[in-house]
Amino acid sequence: MKLRFWFILPTWVWLTGLFGAPFAIVLAYSFLTRGYYGGVVQPWTLENYQRLVDPLYLRILLRSFIMAFAATGLCLILAFPAAVFISRSAKHKHLYIQLVMLPFWTSFLVRTYAWLFLLRDTGLVNTVLQRVGIIHSPLPLLYNDGAVLLGLVYAYLPFMVLPIYATLERLDPSLPEAAADLGARPWATLLHVIVPLSRPGIVAGAVLVFIPCLGAYLTPDLLGGGRTVLVGNLVQAQFTTGRDWPFGSAVSMILMLLVTILVWAFLRRESEHLA
Amino acid sequence: MLYDRHELRRVDPRMKPVLELRSLVKDYTGQRALAGISLSIPRGSFFSLLGPSGSGKTTTLRMIAGFEEPTSGDVLINGEVVNCRKPYERNVSTVFQSYALFPHLSVRSNIEFGLKRHGIADSEARVVDAIKLVGLIGKEGRRPAQLSGGERQRVALARSLVLAPDVLLLDEPLAALDRNLRKQMRAELKTMQRRVGITFLLVTHDQEEALSMSDQLAVMNEGRIEQIGSPEEVYLHPRSKFVAGFLGAVNWIDGVGVRPEVTRLARESQNHGSKSFPAIVTDSVFLGDCFQVVVRLNSGEEAVAQVHRGSTVFQPGEAVHVCWNPADEITVS
Repeated sequence: MKLRFWFILPTWVWLTGLFGAPFAIVLAYSFLTRGYYGGVVQPWTLENYQRLVDPLYLRILLRSFIMAFAATGLCLILAFPAAVFISRSAKHKHLYIQLVMLPFWTSFLVRTYAWLFLLRDTGLVNTVLQRVGIIHSPLPLLYNDGAVLLGLVYAYLPFMVLPIYATLERLDPSLPEAAADLGARPWATLLHVIVPLSRPGIVAGAVLVFIPCLGAYLTPDLLGGGRTVLVGNLVQAQFTTGRDWPFGSAVSMILMLLVTILVWAFLRRESEHLA
Repeated sequence: MLYDRHELRRVDPRMKPVLELRSLVKDYTGQRALAGISLSIPRGSFFSLLGPSGSGKTTTLRMIAGFEEPTSGDVLINGEVVNCRKPYERNVSTVFQSYALFPHLSVRSNIEFGLKRHGIADSEARVVDAIKLVGLIGKEGRRPAQLSGGERQRVALARSLVLAPDVLLLDEPLAALDRNLRKQMRAELKTMQRRVGITFLLVTHDQEEALSMSDQLAVMNEGRIEQIGSPEEVYLHPRSKFVAGFLGAVNWIDGVGVRPEVTRLARESQNHGSKSFPAIVTDSVFLGDCFQVVVRLNSGEEAVAQVHRGSTVFQPGEAVHVCWNPADEITVS
C-alpha cells in the first residue's frame, strides 16, 4: 500500500501541477475581464461566453469540427491498408514500423515548413509540373483548406497507423484462415472479420487523431496562411495579437467541453458495442 | 500399395475415394516437413492421422484445407486435383485446434457465417438443425467468450458441419478440453460422424483418441506414413518399432514385443505353450484399476506387466517369471 503511494506520487504531482493548476487558471480567466495591456482584471463576468454565440465564432467552431472529422476520416482510409500491409509482411515488419515513426525524429515545425517548400508557387511540385509541361501557371496548392487538411493528415497519420497495427498484430491468425475456410473470399474476410476485430484500434486511432486536429493551430497557421482560421488559431490570436486572454480562455473551455462530450459519447457507444 | 487392400475390403470399390493424397511433399526453406505421403480416404469414414508433433500431420491437414500449397504431389478431392485452389474454393472445412470462433459474432452468426458467404439464402432450417445437432439450443445469442470450452468446440463443429463439407478436417479438436470432457466428446464425435455421414479426418497425437474413433488410421513419423490400417491392425500388427511404441507401451524381450496387458507374472516357470523368462521385481505402482509392475530380466532388459488388483501382489526384490502367449507377440521387421 505504502509502496504504491510512492510510485503514484510523481504522477499525481505532475498532473496537479502541470495539468490541474493551469486548467484552474484558464477556467478562472474565462470569467474575468480583459486588461488593457493583456492579462486579466476584475470584475467577474459571463460576457466572454456570451460573445461566443456570434455566428462568426460559431462558424469557426463548425469549420474546425468538419476539418477534424475530415482529417480523421482520411487518416483512417490511409492508415488501415497500411496497418494491414505491415502486420502481414513477414520480414520487414519492424522496418516499416520504424518508417511510420520516422517523422517524429524531426521537429514538427521543421516538417511543416518543409511542406511550404514543396507546395508553394515556386516549390518542388509546381516547378516539376511546369518543367514537364503539364501545367503552365503554378497550381494554388498552398494557403487553402486542402493544404491544411493535407498537413493535418500528414502530421497525425502515425497515430492512426500504430493502434490499428497493434490490434491487427494481436489478431489470432487462425481467424482469417477460418473465414477463408468457411468460404469467405479475401474481401469478405476483410469486411466481416478483420475490420470488425480491429475496431478497438480504429477507435483509439480516431480519438488520438481527432482531438489534436481539433485544437491544431500550427498547421492551419502555416499552410492555411491565415485564411483558414480554425478554433486553435482563434485561441492563439486572443492570447497574442488580440490581447484578450479572458475570451481566449472561454474559447478553450468550450472547445475542451465539446471534445469531452463528443469523445465520451463515442467511447461509451463503442464500449456498449464491445459488451 | 498398402491401403488398397483395406479399402477394397471395407467399401464398394466402384466408389471414388472422397480424398486422395498422391506423393505429397512439402518443404519449408530447406526443411522437408513432408516426404511424400500417399493415402486414400473412403467416403463417409472416420480417418485419423496419428503422430508425434513434427511428424507432418498438421502440415498435411493444412494442405488439404488449402492453407499451404504442396511442393510436389497432388491433393484430390472427389477425384479432382485441387492443389491450386484457395481454401474458399474447396468443399472441405476445418475445426481448428483453437476453434477460431469469431469473437465479435454470436453463436448463431458464427454458424451462419459460411452459409452467408456461399450465398445460401434459405439457411434458417439448416442453422437450426446444426444448433440442435450439437446441442446448443438456447445459447444461440451468446458470444464465444460466454461459452465453456466444450460449448465452443460444439460451435466450431456446427459452423463447419452446416456447410455439409466433403471432408471435415479436425486439428487436435480435443486437446484443449479437460480429461473427462475429452472422453465424452470422443464418443459424441464418433456418434455425430455416423449420424451425418460426413467424412471426418482427424489429426491427433493421442493414440487412445485415434484408436477409439477411427475406422482407419495412418501413423506418421518424420514426414512419412509408417502404417495405414484399422485400429486393431496397427495396434496388434504394427509394422515398425515406432508404430508399436507410439500406439502403446511395449516390452521388447528377446527380440519380440509384448504389450504390458498381455504380459503375465508368475512365481513359477510356465511351460504349457507360454514363453517364460526369469526376472526380479524392481517396482510396483498402484494405478487404481491395476498394478503396474516393473521387472528386470536376467539379460538386463526391463519389462512392465499390468497385474490385476486382487490377484497376487508382487513386492520389489521378488524373483518372478515373465511369461506370455506367443500368439500375443508383436514381430516387426
